[in-house]
Amino acid sequence: MSYPLRRTCKEVAHMVVAMQDRKLSFTELAALRMHMAICEACPGFENQFLTMKSAMRQWRNYGDDSADVANPSK
Amino acid sequence: MPFEHEVAELRPYLLKFARLQLRNEAWAEDAVSDTLLAAIAKPQSFGGKAQLRTWLVGILKHKVVDTLRANLREPNVADMRGASDEDDGPADLIDAIGFKQDGHFADKPADWGNPDQDLSQRQFMAVMDACIAKLPPVQGRLFLMREWLELDADEVCKTLNITSTNLYVQLHRARLKLRECLQLNWFGELPA
Repeated sequence: MSYPLRRTCKEVAHMVVAMQDRKLSFTELAALRMHMAICEACPGFENQFLTMKSAMRQWRNYGDDSADVANPSK
Repeated sequence: MPFEHEVAELRPYLLKFARLQLRNEAWAEDAVSDTLLAAIAKPQSFGGKAQLRTWLVGILKHKVVDTLRANLREPNVADMRGASDEDDGPADLIDAIGFKQDGHFADKPADWGNPDQDLSQRQFMAVMDACIAKLPPVQGRLFLMREWLELDADEVCKTLNITSTNLYVQLHRARLKLRECLQLNWFGELPA
């Protein structure tokens, strides 16, 4: 008996990386969510990528204020 | 402080992004100089609503996209097309994370804490700068086109005239490398 939506952690990890840049298909997304619901390891991996996403946003917007600190009169 | 001086003071800040994005010192210098000149030439277009820095970054991003389009669009530079950076490690980088034969994680991925945590501190930004700088040039450029220029995948492909398959492979590798670098240099240090 095979389960059409069954994925290994490795396959799920691939999808987690891929979804940063492209939309997953409906089937991929369903398989991903099903796997996440029963897996102990993969949610941690997905969490790392959520953290990276937030970190990139903060990196992009981070202003190095050293000049302002050195120059309060500005 | 005169407007030109305020603008000029932001040069190092702008140069950091231009260098990371373009991976070419001359192009980066030119893009930043063009940005500063454009800003000084048209101070009235800075409405003062946004921060000066934000306004300049907006101008720089346009200059940088022009530079990428002019210099890296196929077939000018072969390195964007053959899809590869040298010395790029194993074919499937995801194996480096460690999976068992049956496709399970060999070790549970480390806990990086709350995804919404505040990371805006100088030490973290320095680690991030270093990890991005360490990406091979082709991957680094493509990655920052997504993450700094904030172009979607289609726009990146159109700008450089590359295939989406090629783009996804490069971004996949870049993201896994960045993950590893952050794990080693920042999140691995978190108390368990």
